[in-house]
Amino acid sequence: MLDFTPKEYVDRSALVINPAKTCQPVGAMYAALGIHKCLPHSHGSQGCCAYHRKFLTRNFRDPVMASTSSFTEGAAVFGGGTNLKTAIRNIFSIYDPDIVAVHTTCLSETIGDDIPTFVMEAKVPEGKVVIHANTPSYVGSHVTGFSNMVKGMVKYLAQNSKTPNGKVNIIPGFINPGDMREIKRILKAMGIEFIMFPDTSGVLDAPMTGKYDMYPSGGTKIQDLIDSGNSKETIAFGSFASADGAFELEKKCKVPAKVLKTPIGITATDEFLMAVSRLTGKEIPQELEEERGQVVDIMVDCHYHYHGKKVAIFGDPDVVAALTEFTLSMGMIPKYVLTGTPGEAFEREVRGMLSEAGVDGKVKSAGDLFTLHQWIKEEPVDLLLGTTYGKYISKAEDIPLVRIGFPVLDRSVHSYLPITGYKGAMRIIEMISNALLDRQDRDAADEDLELIL
Amino acid sequence: MRQVAIYGKGGIGKSTTTQNLTVGLGEMGKKVMIVGCDPKADSTRLVLGGLAQRSVLDTLREEGEEVELDSILKRGVFDIKCVESGGPEPGVGCAGRGIITSINMLEQLGAYTNDLDYVFYDVLGDVVCGGFAMPIREGKAQEIYIVASGELMALYAANNISKGIQKYANTGGTRLGGIICNSRKVDNERELLENFAKEIGSQLIYFVPRDNLVQRAEINKKTVIDFAPEEPQADSYRGLARAIDGNEMFVVPKPMTQDRLEQLMMEHGILG
Repeated sequence: MLDFTPKEYVDRSALVINPAKTCQPVGAMYAALGIHKCLPHSHGSQGCCAYHRKFLTRNFRDPVMASTSSFTEGAAVFGGGTNLKTAIRNIFSIYDPDIVAVHTTCLSETIGDDIPTFVMEAKVPEGKVVIHANTPSYVGSHVTGFSNMVKGMVKYLAQNSKTPNGKVNIIPGFINPGDMREIKRILKAMGIEFIMFPDTSGVLDAPMTGKYDMYPSGGTKIQDLIDSGNSKETIAFGSFASADGAFELEKKCKVPAKVLKTPIGITATDEFLMAVSRLTGKEIPQELEEERGQVVDIMVDCHYHYHGKKVAIFGDPDVVAALTEFTLSMGMIPKYVLTGTPGEAFEREVRGMLSEAGVDGKVKSAGDLFTLHQWIKEEPVDLLLGTTYGKYISKAEDIPLVRIGFPVLDRSVHSYLPITGYKGAMRIIEMISNALLDRQDRDAADEDLELIL
Repeated sequence: MRQVAIYGKGGIGKSTTTQNLTVGLGEMGKKVMIVGCDPKADSTRLVLGGLAQRSVLDTLREEGEEVELDSILKRGVFDIKCVESGGPEPGVGCAGRGIITSINMLEQLGAYTNDLDYVFYDVLGDVVCGGFAMPIREGKAQEIYIVASGELMALYAANNISKGIQKYANTGGTRLGGIICNSRKVDNERELLENFAKEIGSQLIYFVPRDNLVQRAEINKKTVIDFAPEEPQADSYRGLARAIDGNEMFVVPKPMTQDRLEQLMMEHGILG
């Protein structure tokens, strides 16, 4: 397994090996699915759409619907205007969504298709909506695509109608439906009225009802997206996936924006609760205080399972930064922290955390898993924390892998359960702890195999 | 902030005219930024005194995506801000995409500050593909001027560009502000241009006479106002600057057919 990865690290500028990111449209499609009765539309050739749908389906194990402009050579030469206009007409007459969210592909971006003009010229039935986001995959990553689509929702839909609704906007970022559910549960427990967008819960974790529904019951309502311009503040989780949308809303509708870390771990969840509490004047209920206390209790009880262990963390920038903070507060040593998404801000943020904790670790944005593997070969770690793509390094170096983040293609149920909030913190501790203890048991000599750990 | 795009046939003098015009505006105390949208990256040479500006795309290629605004934006005479989008070498890559990339990057880096009175886009030749229409899309440049002369091919190009403007004017707010004549000393040039402009529903906003001084200034890497401020040609460019600053006629152009264009040439042009 990965036998030809050399130990010596050589600077590469023109080659990525085993990327830790994927195309912008994957993120744009995921964000669009978080709108109720929305059909994502891929403006490009059919292969793009097929790949992006399949990618999401494999992670969520739920059907992902999306249409495509089906570019041919003609579209590449003459532009994709006709294709898009025909597509919009067909989509509304055949699949009848409430809203179509168009994202571009590398080809249409290179042609320079002017989507706003095409959308304006298209025949959109009364009461239906078409929005768009530019998502060239040669810029950024799937996280950038998610961010661009969220920004598109604001640009096209949010309106300040001078009728304050007293609500808090929540942009959850690129996290699982299970996490969005958890954040909503916390807000409901606090008695806070909110608009979460996008919201893929009830869409990509929809229950089996015995009846196929192309548009499941979940997702943010268009009315709420429009109303988000009347909210008192926007809380955006993650500077990479959510900040742009929040700032756009601030610019367009004068809704103040606050960017927080994705609420993974105790510190980040505390910050989230304190922020909404300060904003709304609502108390933090006993129910949540109790959960927090439980997490602290667990950490006291079993810190020795993971304390002082070295961990390599990789995946999407917002989630990885939050996980770095949490593993540090668990007393672990985040030796290597890497994201495939470009952005020096990530490196600055994570380096700051490491140096504050006195940890000597390597940090990289726009990195790949080949680099991570080389670092590990140079100095090994006790645990890998990241996406499915880490399983090859895990096998090659015989290091346990805790699957967390996006995508997880070879395990299931993860998308239903949270890693956010105090419940999520509990779950992360359980996963990390179990992985390390399983290894300890596996490696123990027969006479040393302990019953109680 | 008025955002202005300058189009016209290749070699007609768009870059020379744009730079002399912006220096005229600069002399009037206006805050101006020039965004060169030509892979040759020669749209700001006279304003910067020949300093070879490092283009946005070169910077992107060499330094990766984390580009600082200071490394791509240089200041020239009258504190005019200069940016060259640049592009691939001749014969390779996609220059249209280059323009999309660099304009997006300028927006992202916050180059469009509120204190600017004018942003000028100097765009190469014809609107050959989607990328070259970028400056007139999505509410960027609201007004367009076409540089032309009395030669048939220049007018042919101007008419073609009008088709592009018409297309974007229907959905966006882009309007044609007028035709600038960069004289080639063709017979009946002014009359021809005036009639051409009228026919497409616009105006001949200014007639820049031909003067070898422009070439001399160019060799000295300067604009005329900078090189020979007392000469009448400098006043011509000042006149152009005033005409554009005071312009109030913005229209959706009505391009004509090729036959009509040739007929117009016969009526007013060289044979008129």
